[in-house]
Amino acid sequence: MPPAATDEKKPTAETPAVPMVNVQIDGQWYQFPKGTRMIEACRQVGKDVPHYCYHPKLTSPGNCRMCLVEMGMPPRLAPGQEPEKDGEGHQPIQWIPRPAIACANTVAENMGIRTDSELTRGCRHGVMELLLINHPLDCPICDQAGECRLQEFSVEHGTGGSRFREQKVKKPKNVDIGPRIRLDDERCIMCSRCVRFTDEIADDPVLGFTERGSHTVLAVHPGHELANNYSLNTVDICPVGALTSNDFRFQMRVWFLKETKSICTDCGRGCNTLIGSREGRVYRQTPRENNDVNSAWMCDHGRLNFHYLDSELRLSAPLVKDEGVHKESTWPKAIQRAATALKAHGGSEIAVVVSSRMTNEELFMAKRLIDTLGAEHVATVPRAGEPDAYLIAADKNPNTQGARLILGLEGDLAAGLDSVRRGVADGRIKAVVTLQEDLLTPEAGFDAQTLDGLEALVVLHLLANPTAQMASVVLPGAGFAEKRGSMINVTGRLQRLNKATEPFGQSLDDWEILRDLIQAIGGGNGIYLIEDVFKQLAAGVEEFEGLTLSKIGDLGVPLIETGETVPLLERERERIAKGQIVG
Amino acid sequence: MAIVVKRPKLSFWEKLYLPGIIKGLGITLRHFFLSLTGKTKVSMQYPEEKWDSHLPEYYRGAPALVTDEQGRERCVACQLCEFICPPRAITIHPEEIPSEDKWAKVEKRPQEFEIDMIRCIYCGLCEEVCPEQAIFLRKEYAFTGLKREDMVHNKKRLYEIGGVREGLVNKWNELK
Repeated sequence: MPPAATDEKKPTAETPAVPMVNVQIDGQWYQFPKGTRMIEACRQVGKDVPHYCYHPKLTSPGNCRMCLVEMGMPPRLAPGQEPEKDGEGHQPIQWIPRPAIACANTVAENMGIRTDSELTRGCRHGVMELLLINHPLDCPICDQAGECRLQEFSVEHGTGGSRFREQKVKKPKNVDIGPRIRLDDERCIMCSRCVRFTDEIADDPVLGFTERGSHTVLAVHPGHELANNYSLNTVDICPVGALTSNDFRFQMRVWFLKETKSICTDCGRGCNTLIGSREGRVYRQTPRENNDVNSAWMCDHGRLNFHYLDSELRLSAPLVKDEGVHKESTWPKAIQRAATALKAHGGSEIAVVVSSRMTNEELFMAKRLIDTLGAEHVATVPRAGEPDAYLIAADKNPNTQGARLILGLEGDLAAGLDSVRRGVADGRIKAVVTLQEDLLTPEAGFDAQTLDGLEALVVLHLLANPTAQMASVVLPGAGFAEKRGSMINVTGRLQRLNKATEPFGQSLDDWEILRDLIQAIGGGNGIYLIEDVFKQLAAGVEEFEGLTLSKIGDLGVPLIETGETVPLLERERERIAKGQIVG
Repeated sequence: MAIVVKRPKLSFWEKLYLPGIIKGLGITLRHFFLSLTGKTKVSMQYPEEKWDSHLPEYYRGAPALVTDEQGRERCVACQLCEFICPPRAITIHPEEIPSEDKWAKVEKRPQEFEIDMIRCIYCGLCEEVCPEQAIFLRKEYAFTGLKREDMVHNKKRLYEIGGVREGLVNKWNELK
């Protein structure tokens, strides 16, 4: 939020009692809270200062020197001398002949900053020229090209030519420093962001600099490797192409990628992400800053867990089983078939297994389906895992809170699943609908023999799996990157997924499939858009009242109170309070 | 804002129209007699006769990939040509060069490189944008095919057309 300019603002009851200081930036006077870093003050008023080593979530060593600016202070007064002030109450600024780094210094009363003076520009020229002395010109093969700070700043602040006539220093290239990361030391500009990240955030300080002068190289500690579950964040914060991800390496140039704001569905945390996709294929996921969920990081496991979206197991068309063989069918036929098979059974004979990996909208439609069928057995598959001390939640389902709210499930979810399992085993349940769940996994715990005794098994899933193999009707659904919808994370925050690619083959958005199925069983329901589903959800479930999909926004809204905290965010807040980082 | 087009003012003889026609017929007639005596050539008997030997150095025929003196494929799959190509005729699938390869230090090469010659408009932007001097517009221009797939040049075909090109900048050779 840009602070109000010049006029004296007295701290009121609402504003915290942080004293404000007057700062002149490029000739204009502004007010900032005391303690604000100069670089942040400039950024807040739209004067971006170029930087490499500075990262708001990490400490500021001030080693890249890119953020040098011209700085001035009021004159030192002789004892008893009255400060001379202009009409607005500001003292004259005495400009210091040497520049100061904007990242590690804080603003002071009556300070002056020039971000575009001759001195500042000269400093940037010099730093760029020095950084480019030994930097290889391999942008055509470098994965960072297109989002490289060195490229960007060399266009904005560079001189355009090099005066260096000697040989460039040779350093190790293509070094394997961990299972997911490749290091190119020639491209490294020694900003030390990765070193600080592994030390301060990931608590795995395996990186460091060795050698001296222009021979300095980034290296991994002998006998160790950069293998922690947050290692790929170093690739994101690396301003150049020194650290690249093995998974994304040479797959696609970044300027082709369409970036869609979404969330990670790998666990209950719901880290905010950007999905990079091109022509219907997802190429990478990167974390998106949200200081209430994941700060600016995400775990490697969640980040890389998208390759199943275009795996060979993806179901591409609805399947109907005739005489024991699955045949490709059309949507109307498959839906009709499923509806007929389910209508033949009474509510007490039908069980619906719903996945907590579905969005709220899909869960709402699932609830509709359950009501239409009158199904008496409803269960979800709980997935408990090991939480870590950073971001990973104990709940491996991304939307357990949503499932509890919308389906009205209470108490032990495992017990509900257990009763369905027993019902199927003793023959009370004759028809099962499973939505985005494979029943033959250890978590679900069904066995093939009991499922074989069912009269009808309708499977909605995106991948071919053993349960789909046994199903009478298979309806291919959409993956997380292929749909718009919302989920509630473990801390009770409602967040939005957005559609990056079209559903694979003939598969459809899950809510559309459910809508058609409900229609085939019980008649029309007047739902045409995902927004309509959310509107009905908001009308039907108290907690969602007054919300729409667009009101959720990119950063989500807190919806319910669960009392869960994020260990990584707790530590970040401590560091901010201590003034170690900006945050 | 409307643009006012100024019409040329015609003289009396120009307005009559016929003198112009007669003048034109005269030129045609002159060429008719000149061609009878073989002094002007009216048409080229394509495809028996071709213009190929007269093509200038800067002729813009089909884009193709070239190798250099050392037989290195110059393309590093940076995909800039794919990006700049106005009709989107180029599709590249990059891959990493295996470590046992002689040119492993280059790290990257195209696994497949396709140019759809139905789409190509011979504009030459791919050649202009290439940072590795790997793609050039050569003099081949006559391509036919019975299927759409026939008109897509794959990597093998592109190197056949492109051949070897000498005297280019070799930034990957020294020291590295």
